[in-house]
Amino acid sequence: MTQFAIQAHDIVRTFRNGDVRALDGVSLNVPVGQVFGLLGPNGSGKTTMVRILATILSPDSGSATVDGKDVVTQADAVRRSIGLAGQYATVDENLTGFENIRMVARLNHMDKASATARAHELLAQFSLTDAANRTAKTYSGGMRRRLDLAAALVAKPPVLFLDEPTTGLDPQSRQDLWEIIEGLVATGVTVLLTTQYLEEADRLATQLVVLDKGKIIAEGTPASLKAQLGTTVVAVTFENSKAAHEHLGLIRDLTTNEPNIDGAIVELTVNSGPQVAAEVIRRLDTAGVLVAGLALREPSLDDVFLNLTGHKAEDFVAVSTEEPATRKKGRR
Amino acid sequence: MSTTTQSPLSRLRWAASDVATMAQRNLMAVVRIPSALVFVIIQPVMFVLLFRYVFGGAITAPGTSYVNFLIPGILVQTTVFGAVGTAIGLAEDLQRGLIERFRALPMARMAVLGGRTIADLARNILILVVITIVGFGVGFRPEGGVVAYLQASFVMLFFSYCVSWGFAYIGLAAPNSETAQAMTFPLIFPITFASSIFVPVQTMPGWLQVFARNQPVSQAAESVRGLMLGTPHGNSTWITMAWALLALVTLAPLATRRYRRAA
Repeated sequence: MTQFAIQAHDIVRTFRNGDVRALDGVSLNVPVGQVFGLLGPNGSGKTTMVRILATILSPDSGSATVDGKDVVTQADAVRRSIGLAGQYATVDENLTGFENIRMVARLNHMDKASATARAHELLAQFSLTDAANRTAKTYSGGMRRRLDLAAALVAKPPVLFLDEPTTGLDPQSRQDLWEIIEGLVATGVTVLLTTQYLEEADRLATQLVVLDKGKIIAEGTPASLKAQLGTTVVAVTFENSKAAHEHLGLIRDLTTNEPNIDGAIVELTVNSGPQVAAEVIRRLDTAGVLVAGLALREPSLDDVFLNLTGHKAEDFVAVSTEEPATRKKGRR
Repeated sequence: MSTTTQSPLSRLRWAASDVATMAQRNLMAVVRIPSALVFVIIQPVMFVLLFRYVFGGAITAPGTSYVNFLIPGILVQTTVFGAVGTAIGLAEDLQRGLIERFRALPMARMAVLGGRTIADLARNILILVVITIVGFGVGFRPEGGVVAYLQASFVMLFFSYCVSWGFAYIGLAAPNSETAQAMTFPLIFPITFASSIFVPVQTMPGWLQVFARNQPVSQAAESVRGLMLGTPHGNSTWITMAWALLALVTLAPLATRRYRRAA
């Protein structure tokens, strides 16, 4: 057994005859038995990386192994070691939950009796027994993700790829899925998780890398990244955007990061939120500046991006409502 | 649990099992989606009734009744129309990311397309049975005998199986299911209507006759009709089989290559 469940070395992958460099020299070492996060906005190369590691795409150059097997030369062996689930919950809508899992079990070459038994077992494990005989078309978003994940686990793979598993889910379903993923990791499964939510990476990942335009721009533990970034965003709302620009100078020095100005709102990413917020109010009050609002919040991936790259993560909000069809065109 | 044996025999056995699993999955869709069932069963019956009772009176068939002329043609036409479902279904699988899931499974690579075309074959057998029964109900009297009827069925099924591979290629090449549908219609209308399926080719203008007489769908219709009715049909059976084989050896590898690159 190898020490690393996934190793990738200098992976490059281009699309449209080289015009789009989806991955531009990405290397990863994912230790066995932990959740490894790939964090980045739409188009950063996360999904392309997963597809290469899952043997769906081949890299232009570079090499990678999963569970000790080469993704190009031993693709079939890799497929026996992996499960793949994700954002688009690729279940067959015309089949029932039971039929979906049983189909994947049969395609994993289990005999009929084992396939049936495994399907019932997984449906129970994912609280889908009541819906087992309904077509997946009738499932809610959360149920579809659970079914998708159940199908990925059919052959008890040691390595699991989760491509934005909670994008577009409601908070409760997201919470449920997080608990399921934590339960899986406790059994020794290695998970490569892609996400655009810092909160998700923070909750689940032991280590993570941040991808931007096909390159790794930061790596470490969630805590180290957040420490580097600042733990709280202080959002000060002025009367209007003119006032925001005029009075920025009064509070500019409270953060070492670049302040983000969005209309009348000035955002400062800092380590000690409440203290900075108090200082902001004190200074603006002393100067006689009217503050329309003040809020503290956790930094989002947007904030991470702004700080790491100096540019905003484009198409960022749009991704959760995007149709699979447009996604495909966008990523080719 | 999951087998890891890799002897050629066990590989072959599992490949067959994968094809069967995929074929079953595709047939389920036909049963589950009411519109698919309408497309498969109701539409050909409508065509039979439409041409038998609405247009048929205005069409003279050489040497036989129009209903005898019509039914073998409808059989061929229906299987060509039905192959559109293959293109749309594959485009949908691709669009929804299902193909991606299949490609990450340790299943036989050819099972997705193999299962799809086998499911088509099963659907075409169903169509054959339904149209035969409906045909008899509206006055179809094939006089070629049972053996010839089975021969005709074989020609029709083999021809349509090869057509499926062509439509599979279209489905994989199309960016989405709507485009797949749009791509197939300009193709199926000329090959089914500018043919000897519904009307004798002699009534068409000369330039169109050249196309209508020689194109593969007409040859298939001529062969199936001749065999079923026990009338002379020249070399049409051999020509049909040649077209079908040609389609199979060119389009099946093309579609398979396209599948490897898709997703």
